[in-house]
This record gives sequence, C-alpha cells and structure tokens, in this order.
Amino acid sequence: MKNNFSVYLDNAATTCVDKEVFKKMKPFFSEKYANPSGPYWHSQVARGVIDKAREQVSKALNASSGKIVFTSCATESINLSHKGLIEALSKKGDQKPHIVVSSIEHSAVLETCRHLEKLCLVEVSYLPVDKTGLVLISDLEKNIRPNTALVSIMYVNNEVGTIEPISEIGKFLKKINKKRELEKKQKIFFHTDATQAIQYLNIDVNFLGVDFLSFTGHKFYAPKGIGALFVKKDTPLSSQIRGGSQEYGLRAGTENVAFIVGLAEAITLVCSQKKSQAERIKKLSQKFIKEALKIKGLNLTGDKIKRVPHIASFLVDGAEGEAMILLLSDAGISASSGSACTSGSLKPSHVLLAMGVPQEKAHGSLRFSLGKDTTEEQINYTLKVLPEIISKVRALAPKGI
Amino acid sequence: MPDINSLYSKKVMDHFRNPRNVGEIKNPDGVATVGNKVCGDVMRMFLKVAKKKNKEYISEIKFQTLGCGAAIATSSMATELIKGKTLDEAERITNKVVTEALGGLPEAKRHCSVLAEQAVLKAIKNYKKGGEKN
Repeated sequence: MKNNFSVYLDNAATTCVDKEVFKKMKPFFSEKYANPSGPYWHSQVARGVIDKAREQVSKALNASSGKIVFTSCATESINLSHKGLIEALSKKGDQKPHIVVSSIEHSAVLETCRHLEKLCLVEVSYLPVDKTGLVLISDLEKNIRPNTALVSIMYVNNEVGTIEPISEIGKFLKKINKKRELEKKQKIFFHTDATQAIQYLNIDVNFLGVDFLSFTGHKFYAPKGIGALFVKKDTPLSSQIRGGSQEYGLRAGTENVAFIVGLAEAITLVCSQKKSQAERIKKLSQKFIKEALKIKGLNLTGDKIKRVPHIASFLVDGAEGEAMILLLSDAGISASSGSACTSGSLKPSHVLLAMGVPQEKAHGSLRFSLGKDTTEEQINYTLKVLPEIISKVRALAPKGI
Repeated sequence: MPDINSLYSKKVMDHFRNPRNVGEIKNPDGVATVGNKVCGDVMRMFLKVAKKKNKEYISEIKFQTLGCGAAIATSSMATELIKGKTLDEAERITNKVVTEALGGLPEAKRHCSVLAEQAVLKAIKNYKKGGEKN
C-alpha cells in the first residue's frame, strides 16, 4: 500500500501557513521584536503593526461597530466571550442567565457552557438539529426564556460542513431585542463560532447580526496559536486572562506581534480571493462527492446544498472509520473520522448522533476537507483508492451482522 | 511517507495491514460472535478442534472483525497465539497477553483488545457445549 503520493485532505483540522503570510511575519521575530507597550520608538513600531493588523481584521469582518480582540485560538475566544459575558452580567445581580446553544457546537462551546452550568452560574438549553445538521429557528424560538442572555450557534459545522442560518437567527434575535429594549429588559447576545466560515462565506458582522464572532487563524493559512474575537460595542465582557491592560484590558499578556501580523495577512489574503477560491474548491468537492456517492453503502452527511465548499463528509456502511483512515494514510491520504476510535472516547461523534445517525452507523464516518493546494489530480487519486480501501475493510467484517 | 507509528506500534500496524487467519471456516467445531455494532466493534471467531495424543487442540482458527485498527490487530494476534494450542492452553489467553504480544496498545485503545479474548473463550465454550454456533 505504500507509495509516494501525498494528499492532505484535512484542511478543516488545520492548514499550512501561506508562504507570503509567513514572509510578512518573519521580521517580527528577530528584527522588530520590541514589546508593543513601551514608550520608545522600537515599541511604537510594534504598536503600529498591531494597530494595522487590527484594522485589517476589522475590515475583513466589516467590524467598525465593535472591536477585535486578539487571542491564542478560537477556543480561547469562546471562553472569553461566554465566561466573560456571564461574569459581567452576573455582576448586575439579575436572575441566573440562560444560554442557548446548538447540540452540534464544537467542544469549546459545549464544554465552556457545561462548566458554567456546573458552577451554577447559568442554565443551558441544547438545541436539536435536523438530519442534515441544521438548527431550526422554530426550535430556537421555543427555547427562548425571559432570562435568556446568550445564543451561541456555529456558522459552519466542522464535521459535516452544514451552514447554519446565522443572519436569519440574527434578524430573529434583533426583533426580540427591540421588544426587550422597550420593556427595559436584558438583551439577548448572539455569538457565532465562525472558524470554518472565514475563507468561504460572508463574514460581515452586520449582515450576520452578531455581538460576538470567534475564529482561529490556522484554518485559513495563518499559523496555529492565534485567534480573535469580535465584540460589538456596548457588550458587557469581563476579562478571563488577567494582568496588563493589553487588548482593551480584555486579554492580558504581551501581544504575539508576529502571529497577529500572520492572522491579519491571512484573513486579508483569503478575503481577497474568497469568490474564486470558493468556486474552485466547490467544483473539486462536488466532483469528489458525486463520484464517491457511486460507492455502494456510502452516504453524504450534512446538508446537500447549504454546505461549505471545502468539506465532504460521508457515512460508510459496514466499515469502521479509523480502519479506513489508517489505510487511506498508508495510501498517502490524510483525512479524518468521527468514529469513537478516532475521538479517543467510547462514543462516536456527538454531531452525527445529534443529527439522528444511529450509533452503529456513526462509527463509519469519514471527512475529507479540501484547501487551496488541493488539486484535481489528488481528488482523482483519492477517488481511485477509496473504493478499494472500503472493500478491504468490509471484507474483514463478519457477514450478516 | 512517514510511518504513523506514534499511535500504534509497528507490530500492531503489521497485524492491521496484513491480518493473519482472516476468513471463515466451513462447518466449524466452534464459533462465537462478540461485541456489537453500537460499540463499533464486532468480532467472530471460527475454530476447528482436532486430537493429538489424546489432547484436544485448535487445529484451525479464523476470524472476521468489524472495528478499528486495534480491534483488527488484536483479533489477528489472538489467532496466531492460540493456533495449534491445546484447549486448556488456549483458554488461558488474556487480553493482556495479546496486547503484550503486539508491543502494547495506546491507553485509549485498551478496551478494543478485550473482544479478542472474549471471542476465543466463547468459541471454545460453544465447542464444548457441542458445536453450538454463535
């Protein structure tokens, strides 16, 4: 099975750092390395660079209605928004705030909410999704309570690629908030985890109607270890990393200048090529999905139409995910699975289970995620290898179970 | 292509890539299916028993497994370990023995090795009960 092909189809897990992005980061390691907080000119250079980077990110999100806080990753951004909001609201001494999240959120959201729940600081409702992974506004409506303070729904599900109706939810919440404003009641804040959406979808925060938007850089050609949080003006937020007054006093710690530059350059780059890249990648993934679906007992997961261009996800009958991933790896192809054996737990993907996929089927999940360097040749090669691998794994299984 | 042996030992990967004794035995003397699809792993063992010097031994063994790399590798190793062994010897197989023979398994994968032991013991038990199947 060994060969010299190298096909990386796990871009939803992480991407390479773009060479141009890396080039722009380089001066900030050994040449322009000053601490941005100093009063002297070396520091002012670094300060200027951060200001420019913040401006770039703000422009990409059309975020003049709020501020951009640099963090280390999307997980940190989510911890800041969720814990920070609840902490700031609880100071007001009102009744215990209620959070609504979808049941297919990333663990960064789910675990943060569970933690707040355990501390008895919040009540949490977990919204169901339909069989394609879509959150229904009617379900959200049913779950809004007088004490609802935060709704957190991901823009794109990372496992199945389904695009959630964020701007519709934004509009829906705006209506409720108008009423609440008249009644002088607590507003409902809206957060979206836009990690998988940045490079392909509309990320205008006004279009989306969000108060918080979180993301990380390493899904779109910035390095790992840098993320950001958009916070709308007048949103109560309490810092979760305390110390100096960096990042508007919301995230203490000396700024990671080089990585901030990397994030800003990468978001500028992907936003400038959004349409053309989305079209190119969609063409490749559609071909991949169409051909892969010819394999017997292989089905698409997620919504057929409302899905991001870069994620092709499937369920394979009668074959376990990790076994397929290992054989794909032997053939030089890196992809992922939500089977129990790849998650490190005994249960398969919470996303597939929430979508109503029976547990026995969820073990056979596969996800291929494309990126800017994915070629048609790589897709053709993967399509050639995949049926052989599925047959090989199926041949090992007991018959008639 | 670099090897991905940080997760599995070379031996595990060898048994996963080239599993020994895969398949079915027609008219087996003992057969057992353990595990279930909900958990993700199902293993079936087929045995043929013969007599040598008045002692019953496993003359032929085959397996079929639906499961992860660890489940397939432990099935394969278990069949290698007990092929040709007397029933008494075979009954002493434990998942620890199988795992050690494979050069160890990652902590999160330990539970996958339990099925191989269960399958062997149940197949022998079924044989002793008179060739009862499954």
